[in-house]
Amino acid sequence: MRAMIIKEFRQLRRDRRTLAMMIVMPILLLVILGYAASFDVSDIPTVVAGPGADVAATALPKSFQVAGTYTATAAQTGAATAWARDELRDGHAAVAIVTAGAGGGPLILVDGSQLFTAQAALRQFAAQPRGVRGDGSPRSQGVPGDRSPGLAGVQVLYNPQLKTSYIMIPGLAGVILVFVGTVITSLGVVRERQAGTLEQLAVMPLRPVDVFLGKIVPYFAVAVADLVIVLAVGVAVFGVPFRGSLAVFGLGALLFVFVTLGLGVLISSVSQTQGQAIQLAVMTLLPQVLLSGLIFPLTSIVIGVRWIAYLLPLTYFTVISRGVMLRAEPIGSLWPQFVYLALLGAVVTGLAIWRFRAFLAPGAAR
Amino acid sequence: MTGPAGGDRSATWWGAEAVSVSFGGLRALDQVSVAVRPGQVTAVVGGDGAGKTTLLRCIAGALAVAGGAVRRPGAQRIGYLPPGTGVYDDLSVAENLEFRSAVFGMKGAAAREGGWGGGWEVGEYLERTGLAAARERLTGQLSGGMRRKLGVIAAMLPEPELLVLDEPTTGVDPVSRADLWWLIARAAAGGAAVLMSTTYLDEAARAAHVLVLDAGRTLAEGTPAEIVASVPGTIVVVPSRPDGEDERRRAWRRAGTWRVWQPASQAAKQAASQAAEQGAVGVPAKEVTPDLQDAVCVAALRAELDGADA
Repeated sequence: MRAMIIKEFRQLRRDRRTLAMMIVMPILLLVILGYAASFDVSDIPTVVAGPGADVAATALPKSFQVAGTYTATAAQTGAATAWARDELRDGHAAVAIVTAGAGGGPLILVDGSQLFTAQAALRQFAAQPRGVRGDGSPRSQGVPGDRSPGLAGVQVLYNPQLKTSYIMIPGLAGVILVFVGTVITSLGVVRERQAGTLEQLAVMPLRPVDVFLGKIVPYFAVAVADLVIVLAVGVAVFGVPFRGSLAVFGLGALLFVFVTLGLGVLISSVSQTQGQAIQLAVMTLLPQVLLSGLIFPLTSIVIGVRWIAYLLPLTYFTVISRGVMLRAEPIGSLWPQFVYLALLGAVVTGLAIWRFRAFLAPGAAR
Repeated sequence: MTGPAGGDRSATWWGAEAVSVSFGGLRALDQVSVAVRPGQVTAVVGGDGAGKTTLLRCIAGALAVAGGAVRRPGAQRIGYLPPGTGVYDDLSVAENLEFRSAVFGMKGAAAREGGWGGGWEVGEYLERTGLAAARERLTGQLSGGMRRKLGVIAAMLPEPELLVLDEPTTGVDPVSRADLWWLIARAAAGGAAVLMSTTYLDEAARAAHVLVLDAGRTLAEGTPAEIVASVPGTIVVVPSRPDGEDERRRAWRRAGTWRVWQPASQAAKQAASQAAEQGAVGVPAKEVTPDLQDAVCVAALRAELDGADA
């Protein structure tokens, strides 16, 4: 047994990646979970519309007993409920306060697609001295600048029953695409290398781009099929609405798959074995699951860790999928996410092809 | 220099000119040259780490050279068997050949069934090598020898001008070796310039041209007869390992006896001494006519002794 233990230690010492993963991963998880794993919402972006909106927006941080929870992102004195709804639909805020609702009193709109933020907001409204209820009564003292006879009510939009499945399934579609795109693709290419067939491909009359595309197109097809299945099950079984444009969603998914496949090939190009590829792929998958806003609200993650989330493609796809599916968010308000995914895809795929060329066109690459 | 795509069969030779390759600080090939002529088999021999695979990879185009030049036809006209088999274990025999023919632009029934002209009859090759009955079997389920034969047939598929085979016969049974040599001979007879590495010197002796490598350097080159003829001095057979330290350094075991190389300048004196010594115990040393294996051993010994003296 002693000989076996010594052998294992020697092998482990030389397997630097595994060693690094065993040491780095717990630290990484500790930091991420310590700083990111929070369902507590400390910041609720809010817009205010209607007469006195500017005054209300200024007074907002001091409202609802918990100072600083609500941050006014926009205030439009001349705007009405329609503008407030658009702001929520476009993801600019989680709560909208209309100082003069349809019934004359204030109306609070809450974006149910931001589940934890909505729950936090509703808890706070419920905790007001005289309560704020969806039935519009009794009168609220919590809405700043409110001089109206009564509160028109609280409306939860897009996910009125605050179902977890509504927000998880659009996000899970992204996780599945990451799994197929990154993890499985990286294995497919490394398998060629381990079997020695990558070298065979290198001397065949194939351009690196032929091999690259030939490798990823099947995985792309599988990823798309997976996506369709997940969405169909989500809609048919879990009743998740698909309110937006299929084309916008499809474009977002296409860009996202483009990034994940490129990442998969890039990982495979720096891995010698399938084990190494799996390790690296998991190291890219885990932060995406934990930090993308899929589980924990982005606003709950401390800023020192949150910047990592903004580097991860799933963060942007989650915004797109939830926005399009639940809120029918138009492409006009999602363009930053689209642009980022396109840029990331270009960089990752460019690097992957460049690395690929080193194997497939050694004369050209060196 | 790399030949134009499509190549042309009138080329006088393919191969390497003073090629050097380094991996990190290790010199894998040092100024190695070899000419591979159409219609001939050129064998690269050498021990482990001699640089055989590296040279073949350079000539096939799988590895860039640090110095020197490579002459090869376009990728359409190169067939290559890498150190493994170069075929996919999770595809059937037919699927592997179909993939290879598709990559090389062969289409339709001809690619599937073989017999696409030019004298290359894949159907015949499969029959001759016992693979015809295994067309639909997964390659991973075949024996090592059968996989190797499939790899060679797949490499021959595009009717290559240059066929590069990395140890095609290593580790296969004698019958499969015979099949592989039949394929190699057919390729050469079809006009291909065949470059193969091998650790079996009896196989190398069948080649038209032999390159002997050791630690990335050329030890000897020429026809087998030329290499054998270039052995200086004599080789004697003795029944047991010589006692003298100097002779031990020039001795190697072969077929139950020991052979001792005696450089030309010392040959007469050494032979007389050896004969006298062995004669004293009743077992005379016997001079033998060297073959390629002896010649390669002598070349390696000379390099080793020269290095030690330096």
